Amino acid sequence: METSTRAVGSSGTMTLTHLPIGKVGRVTSVRGSGRVTRRLLEMGVIPGVTVQVVKMAPFGDPIEVRVRGYNLAMRRSEADAIEVVI
Amino acid sequence: MASSARKKQITIALAGNPNAGKTTLFNSLTGLRQKVANYPGVTVERKEGPWQLNGSSADLIDLPGLYSLEATSLDEQIASQVITGEQAGIPKPDVVVAVVDATNLERNLYLVTQLFEFGIPVVVALTMINIFEKQGHTIDVEMLSAMLKTPVVRVNARSGRGRKELAEKVHDLIGTTPETPYLEELPADVEDPRHAKIFARYQFISNAVQESVWHNDAKSHRLSDKIDKVLTHKVFGLAILVLILLLVFQTIFSWASLPMDLLEKGFGAIGDAVKASMPPGILADLLSDGIIAGVGGVVVFLPQILLLFLFISLLEDSGYMARAAFLMDKLMSRVGLHGKAFLPLISSFACAIPGIMATRTIESRRDRFATILIAPFMSCSARLPVYTLMIATFFAGRTVFGFLSMGAVLMLAMYALGILVAVAVAAILKRTLLKAPPPPFLMELPPYRLPNLRTVLQNMLTRAWLFLKRAGTVILAISIILWALMYFPRGSQQTAVSDQQAAAEQPTNDNQAASEQLKNSFAGKLGHLIEPAIRPLGFDWKIGIALISSFAAREVLVSTLSIIYNVGKDEDAQSQTLVQAVKDAKTDDGRPAWTPLTALTLMVFFVLAMQCMSTIAVVRRETNSWRWPIFMLSYMTAIAYIGAFITYQGGKALGFG
Ligand SMILES: Nc1nc2c(ncn2[C@@H]2O[C@H](COP(=O)(O)OP(=O)(O)O)[C@@H](O)[C@H]2O)c(=O)[nH]1
Repeated sequence: METSTRAVGSSGTMTLTHLPIGKVGRVTSVRGSGRVTRRLLEMGVIPGVTVQVVKMAPFGDPIEVRVRGYNLAMRRSEADAIEVVI
Repeated sequence: MASSARKKQITIALAGNPNAGKTTLFNSLTGLRQKVANYPGVTVERKEGPWQLNGSSADLIDLPGLYSLEATSLDEQIASQVITGEQAGIPKPDVVVAVVDATNLERNLYLVTQLFEFGIPVVVALTMINIFEKQGHTIDVEMLSAMLKTPVVRVNARSGRGRKELAEKVHDLIGTTPETPYLEELPADVEDPRHAKIFARYQFISNAVQESVWHNDAKSHRLSDKIDKVLTHKVFGLAILVLILLLVFQTIFSWASLPMDLLEKGFGAIGDAVKASMPPGILADLLSDGIIAGVGGVVVFLPQILLLFLFISLLEDSGYMARAAFLMDKLMSRVGLHGKAFLPLISSFACAIPGIMATRTIESRRDRFATILIAPFMSCSARLPVYTLMIATFFAGRTVFGFLSMGAVLMLAMYALGILVAVAVAAILKRTLLKAPPPPFLMELPPYRLPNLRTVLQNMLTRAWLFLKRAGTVILAISIILWALMYFPRGSQQTAVSDQQAAAEQPTNDNQAASEQLKNSFAGKLGHLIEPAIRPLGFDWKIGIALISSFAAREVLVSTLSIIYNVGKDEDAQSQTLVQAVKDAKTDDGRPAWTPLTALTLMVFFVLAMQCMSTIAVVRRETNSWRWPIFMLSYMTAIAYIGAFITYQGGKALGFG
């Protein structure tokens, strides 16, 4: 159901923080080389994978992201390193 | 049997992501014969148990739950040391059983690929298949096994299904080496070459999953997501969190009070029986007043601690714990703490011990220590008798603004004071002693599950046992020291009391003798010694004795005051005799020893001071050094002194007291 709404052709990239809630995006890159980046990659957030922002926590941070069939919570500062395209 | 035991001991390690069903499988494979300990020098739990493998018994080692073996966190370091055979006392495992959650296949298989790379044969135990298939998906286990080039076994950790096949596959695999074909040609088009392996592993996994799993997209709206919509809702989510906490506290306080009363009476009776059955003398007194009473004072809190462990286990096992952390992270991060610190701190309002032990889920060591260091500021239930006595004596029946009960307002103020100081201390610690760049928050929100009764109960009992075992010696030692301080040196009239006739003497004489003994003891001398220091707080040396004795546990203040003021040790905080005795108490120069301001000062002191030997013992265990508990004791005592000083001197300057 979610996958059918995937708009083809819109090529603007954005960071995951800006991906509207409910929209599915495809990861194009995960910037950085530190521990956080590495952990993100190991948790399966790698270029090519589809992600969806499920919701924000009540105070606006962290956010909940659906990736590879499970739900991952991350702070906005971490989501900022992830570039996606819709 | 005997001959197979002679054979080389087989070692099997159990690895898997958190929430994959590892604990449940471990319990089902080993039964109740498991041993729980810590890895030497660290607080990572080490669980082991025997597993019957085709007639021979293997040693099954449960590794900590982990997502990766990159060795960035302590858990990962330990796990990779066990797998490579570098962990002292554990032979290199012959086979690793990787617990893989079928509903979360790709990320769970990531750990499996890393295991391959360690060169140890891996059997994949596929859990949660029943859930996966109920969602309408199908999985071809043979295909998955062929793609991964390693055996894959369907298990149901809850029902025990697949245990036999698992044992066979493990047995067959001993002595083989896994293949890692995906590492032969690493992807070249990566920004950071150090990440190439990660991409290669996921590429390999995606291929394997694509060939063996058929996803049913229609049923993708899972029940768990619907529940989550409510439980993490902006408004309802927070309201429900508050409701759950209220429910937990209500239950703890109402359910625990009966067994606590019984335990208290029980220990009293045992102490008396021991005294009656032994010849009077030091040994009998040490046993009954020192050891039984001291240890009893801690064990009395066990029902509460058990219930708290029960709720923490329930919240963890159902998946709610992670949601609470998700909801509260923003708030907690304002003081530099992780969202996961929220529930341990809240638990500390009942008792800091389960709270401190629950901080283990916080991965960053500094975050965890900061949480541990502020947990005792939360007003726990042992402080209630102290607050109650002070309020009953000096503030009963008074009101604020004509309609609010003064007692209720003061009680609330004490809770608030503890929280405020905790927040301030956390903010300072995170900027100084425990300064560190913020660790990644990244946290899985596992699907909600109906908690498994057996796992929950086992969890609860294991933790309670760990507490008793680890804190026991310290508690015992401190109990004896405190007893000796109050017992020696023996006064001259004491001989008369331990005489045969003593039993026939009137209780008031008994009380008087006990009071005299205490006043002349080392503790009494210490009370005199610290009097100059505590006089600015409005305390005389008798209150000083009570401060010293209540280091055992805060509520001991009440019984010590009862002894000092000649009313016998068995009065409780609301007893009118004790209330009257406190009101009538005089200092050595004949002025009233207590005023409402002194009472308030004492309450402030008890909010802030580290008056609890069990907490000290647990912090010693959880931080694995004496440094942190000693630091905690010193800085909390300093803050308590300053807080009490400001209260008393400020109150006097304003014309109170
Ligand atoms: N339906 C189902 N539930 C399972 C299975 N294995 C474990 N569980 C449940 O999944 C939850 C997490 O299991 P646990 O063993 O605590 O996971 P751990 O974090 O890997 O140790 C518990 O509520 C278990 O009862 C399984 O094969 N099927």
